Amino acid sequence: MSDHITEIIVFTFLFLLVSGMGFVAARWRRPDNMEHLDEWGLGGRSFGGWITWFLVGGDLYTAYTFVAVPALIFGAGAAGFFAVPYTIVIYPLFFLILIRLWSVSHRHGFVTPADFVRTRFDSPTLALLIAITGIVATMPYIALQLVGIEAVLKTMGVTGDSAIARHAPIIIAFAILAAYTYQSGLRAPALIAFVKDTLIYIVIIVAVIYLPYKLGGWGSIFDAAEAKFTASPNPNDGITLNANNQIQYITLALGSALALFLYPHSITGVLASKNRNVIKRNMSALPAYSFLLGLLALLGYAAIASGVKPITDPATGKVDSNTVVPLLFDMQFPSWFAGVAFAAIGIGALVPAAIMSIAAANLFTRNIYKEYIRKDATPAAEARVSKITSLVVKVGAVACIVFLDPQFSIDLQLIGGIIILQTAPAVALGLFTRWMHRGGLIAGWIVGMGVSMWMLWQIPNPATGRAHFGGSAFPLSDLGFDTKRTIYVGFVTVLLNLLVAAIVTLILRAMKTPDGVDGTTLSDYYADEGDPRIDKDVAAAVEHKSST
Amino acid sequence: MAEPETPESEPAARSDRSPWNWLLIIPIVLPVMTFLFNHDSPRLWGFPAFYWLQFMFILVGVATTSLVYQMTKKR
Repeated sequence: MSDHITEIIVFTFLFLLVSGMGFVAARWRRPDNMEHLDEWGLGGRSFGGWITWFLVGGDLYTAYTFVAVPALIFGAGAAGFFAVPYTIVIYPLFFLILIRLWSVSHRHGFVTPADFVRTRFDSPTLALLIAITGIVATMPYIALQLVGIEAVLKTMGVTGDSAIARHAPIIIAFAILAAYTYQSGLRAPALIAFVKDTLIYIVIIVAVIYLPYKLGGWGSIFDAAEAKFTASPNPNDGITLNANNQIQYITLALGSALALFLYPHSITGVLASKNRNVIKRNMSALPAYSFLLGLLALLGYAAIASGVKPITDPATGKVDSNTVVPLLFDMQFPSWFAGVAFAAIGIGALVPAAIMSIAAANLFTRNIYKEYIRKDATPAAEARVSKITSLVVKVGAVACIVFLDPQFSIDLQLIGGIIILQTAPAVALGLFTRWMHRGGLIAGWIVGMGVSMWMLWQIPNPATGRAHFGGSAFPLSDLGFDTKRTIYVGFVTVLLNLLVAAIVTLILRAMKTPDGVDGTTLSDYYADEGDPRIDKDVAAAVEHKSST
Repeated sequence: MAEPETPESEPAARSDRSPWNWLLIIPIVLPVMTFLFNHDSPRLWGFPAFYWLQFMFILVGVATTSLVYQMTKKR
């Protein structure tokens, strides 16, 4: 630990600086009345182009992504690069789909995707399923942000013998995070994102120029990686894809892109922007982060070339591959700059963790508390419940990491991406058509969830010796195909979900089952800032009127 | 929400429909066609084609979303 003293000082200094900003954020762009969910949970729906760019960028490209993607490249090579096509495909999809969600939410004062589903399909039950799916998918994602911080702490040698001592730094970090999120709401991550992203950009630009210079250029970095993969017994690694993992690569990229914008935290970031043009312009500007992520991913190869050996956890004896990039920085950079890099990753965990906990809290407040516990909750009561829920969510995330094997959170996050996809027929397709019957959507969700669980259960991971939940690549041979190819589970199950939803819709139509009343009109999907029909007080009163 | 909204009350009958939107298919389809880029050569600054081509696709994505935004902007 003493060899890392400079790193620890720089890391701690930047971390405390950012925490101070988190508290100050409550006064930044201060509203007349903070006691409203639109203010606490959506920053007053007022963010312009720059803030949205930093906020959504800091939200989508999380600390976990920054340590896990290079770790994947380090371990498996080209297959880990799926993160790049994934983050290319997502923006045209956002451009066409989320813009409609923004408009209809702006018009009706929706805070969560489940709010939209409730009004569109006139079904509190379907909205509840969407809300629960969102909360369950988000929780492990928050826990994984802690895995990102831990990878950095381990590299700096900040460890202890007992579970509590080992986790003390992240407990403190999350307590600070919880306190300023409670106070400042979405304004805290929005302000912190400026610092976080500036640090990340500096670190990556320096890394991609300086590291090849020290390691003999990119050409020899790739050659070193190729030599490693040729020597390894695993048939599916290499610096390009092979015949068997291409379908997995494509379907994982497409499926992850679809899943990402269904995640409650990305929707929260988008709904906080002030008009349609802010979102559209950001779809051209956000790919700057994809470039960054791609370069960062390649640091996995730089780690191979510089001979990094991931840290083995002394308590469990397991190799923690997430330490690859922090170790690379520790080996190659002067210690003060390694400290800056570690702070970038550590702070990088705080932004998404704050937004995710706010998004999960909003789902609970709007679609469970207000729907089933106190129907007459005022906006101030909603803000209060959300604030408390955001604390509970963070305590839960810390408990997951401290008391359970972190592998459990990684498995849950894998499942999370697949189950959040099951909300696509209601949320994404629902923005374009109301053809689906609410009963059909519920049936599709149930089948999609059930089959996802079954498929994930079937997948072993020979590398870790586990029989179940070993990954998201499902061997097509298990479905009776005579091939070694694999496919992304979420891709199969969301198609199945759609099929079931369509069939059940046709049956329910034939049986003349009531379909509820659509609370939205066609023009709601094009509404923009300054729409003459919007009156915030009326919007708040209208949104739950339709079914009572 | 039974009252039908009269078209007159709507702000200038907005719509997102535009032929330009079809351009957005390009950055969705390109990264999915692995046969286009799943090769080591030619290398560019030491980067195998698999990597630099996918970095290029990011620029294609930026170009198309910018173009569609400019062309469909409400004047």
